[in-house]
Amino acid sequence: MTEELAFRGFEYAPAPESRSIVRLEDAYGLFVGGRWREPAETYTTISPASEEPLAQVGQAGPEDVGAAVAAAREAFAGQWSALRPAERAKYLYRIARLLQERAREFAVLESLNGGKPIKESRDVDLPLAAAHFFYYAGWADKLEYAFPNRRPRPIGVAGQIIPWNFPLLMLAWKIAPALAAGNTVVLKPAETTPLTALLFCDVLRQAELPRGVVNIVTGDGRTGAALVSHPDVDKIAFTGSTEVGKAIQRELAGTGKGLTLELGGKAANIVFDDAPLDQAVEGIVNGIFFNQGHVCCAGSRLLVQESIQQPLIDKLKRRLGTLRVGDPLDKNTDVGAINSAAQLQRIEELVAAGEQEGAEIYQPPCRLPEQGYWFAPTVFTNVAQSHRIAQEEIFGPVLSALTFRTPEEAVEKANNTAYGLSAGVWTEKGSRILWTAQRLRAGVVWANTFNRFDPTSPFGGYKESGFGREGGLHGLEPYLRFDGDATEWGG
Amino acid sequence: MTRVPVNKTYKLYVGGAFPRSESGRTYEAEAHNIAQASRKDLRDAVRIARGATAKWAGMTAYNRGQVLYRVAEMMEARASELAELCGGREEVERSVDRVVWYAGWTDKIAQVLGGANPVAGPYFNFTMPEPTGVVGIVAPGEPALLGLVSRLAPVLAGGNTAVVVASEAHPRAAIELAEVLATSDVPGGVVNVLTGLRDELAPHLASHLDVDALDLDRGDAELERAAADNVKRVVFARGDTQSPYEISSFLELKTVWHPMGQ
Repeated sequence: MTEELAFRGFEYAPAPESRSIVRLEDAYGLFVGGRWREPAETYTTISPASEEPLAQVGQAGPEDVGAAVAAAREAFAGQWSALRPAERAKYLYRIARLLQERAREFAVLESLNGGKPIKESRDVDLPLAAAHFFYYAGWADKLEYAFPNRRPRPIGVAGQIIPWNFPLLMLAWKIAPALAAGNTVVLKPAETTPLTALLFCDVLRQAELPRGVVNIVTGDGRTGAALVSHPDVDKIAFTGSTEVGKAIQRELAGTGKGLTLELGGKAANIVFDDAPLDQAVEGIVNGIFFNQGHVCCAGSRLLVQESIQQPLIDKLKRRLGTLRVGDPLDKNTDVGAINSAAQLQRIEELVAAGEQEGAEIYQPPCRLPEQGYWFAPTVFTNVAQSHRIAQEEIFGPVLSALTFRTPEEAVEKANNTAYGLSAGVWTEKGSRILWTAQRLRAGVVWANTFNRFDPTSPFGGYKESGFGREGGLHGLEPYLRFDGDATEWGG
Repeated sequence: MTRVPVNKTYKLYVGGAFPRSESGRTYEAEAHNIAQASRKDLRDAVRIARGATAKWAGMTAYNRGQVLYRVAEMMEARASELAELCGGREEVERSVDRVVWYAGWTDKIAQVLGGANPVAGPYFNFTMPEPTGVVGIVAPGEPALLGLVSRLAPVLAGGNTAVVVASEAHPRAAIELAEVLATSDVPGGVVNVLTGLRDELAPHLASHLDVDALDLDRGDAELERAAADNVKRVVFARGDTQSPYEISSFLELKTVWHPMGQ
């Protein structure tokens, strides 16, 4: 306890990032055909850290979605598909540059509306979002080299639905490859985090992107459903829960529309007995507490070799005590606010289930703010594979620790899930890294690191974590059709 | 004196053996009694295909290429038998050549689809393709041989195992091909061929939770809906196609990161 107090002894002076750089409108419309469209219904979007109302936002209905799809279709049929690819590229380069120029403004707004720490939105979300546009800009006039002999052509209108955990970054992951491939898009931001997507419309204005190439319709799941079922959308790209992903796959059955799904995860983070423990602890913390654990590829299942369980868990608990939970706009904050009341309730329910099923809970002593949605960093030990907290995606700052004895057992436990998005491996032995990485059924494997992202690096899942890749030239493929592929029997 | 020919009994091909349907049923096609597989036969086949994944996917790509080339050799040897069961000699020759073509891809596809990614940081990052797992193939109705070969060869070249629902109207070419596979060093269970009624078997294949991907003869809303239960990858037969991207439809891409440092 005294050791714990010693670690908690440092007091940090508040270091708030100023909000003055962000000018919020009272109300936002829907961005359709390059103009603001008055929505029939609106709702209030808030700051999850304070529950303070930030703005009124449109709840797009089927007619609004229809107008957005029509605008996207018109833009596709008109100037956008006729534009030389090299010119298309330059619009994307412009967008990348504008995001870099306005990065601070976007970062503050992202933290304000989503609850994530400013140091993450500033150092991760914004640089990566700009990098995605810059990377895919360069592909726009090089598609024939990415897909030789296939005669790549744009698909048409892409409907894109993104989650609330990385609002602007997910927008970039969706819009950049779609536009580079020559498509037009209708994008629906998450219900709780629409504001950076709406501010992005101003970047599009500054970039002078032709009207209708990007359309943004805000709203809840009903808006997403209207977009998915719209007959004039050629392709759907969805990032979100496995449950909704399956519903979309069912809805699109028999339509011939393209589909990519980036869904949930329950990643194993495997620590072997020869791992550098201090680095592993940092990796575990980054793996599960980055963005409050609101990360589909979060390292939410710690698999630690039995012989080092005690020292590792001790170090981890001590490290938890040094995490600063609080104001997302404070530059010293490590763990921000839970994104919404609904998500907080989901986390609380699963944590309660963990305790009921007999796992041992640890939370460092920490004062949580009175207002807003908060959850303390949590580690469960004594977890069985059958526990809900070992099987279900919690999507919060909650780690479930399990043990293993042999590498074979580690791999078997790691793969014992319907998900297959990501995994982590910690060991000093190179051959064991490759042996383990080869056997893990997951789309991304981080060895001696965790939660790294890059526009050149394909990202996406195995099994029920979805299909299709985002990033790299692989991320272009779902946004193209290939005239060179089609053949008839006997042809 | 006339000799009475010995007729073949047409059976299923599951786990490297040729069992009858557990249901004891047959149906008539191409003037023969053909085994009519049941849901239980299908589930057995999926279980066996799952069990065979580690061995087939674990082979070196070079070795898998040689085994597929051996399949082509055995097809060539049976060319006249196969020709009687499909569109004729030309279809057989094209089928053999197609298998040879895919055999050559096993140790090349990774370099076409994967590679090192130039990430902006001190990391070594590479992407490589891996087999999706167990693939359910609803074979095209025709051409009897080339249709099946065109769907099966890329699945195998990628290191997957397969459960095939053979063409209902032309099942004998599929059984003949199974006899080729059984004598070609393809490990038992890697390819399992079920004959029977498409509309009876395909829904169970589409909804089976241990099937990872589905290759369909045509768009089919009911089967596609069932496939969503475990987020199956659904692929539609693209006619007379011979392409590395037919292989990549049944591959997963894995990306591995490692820091670079001292």
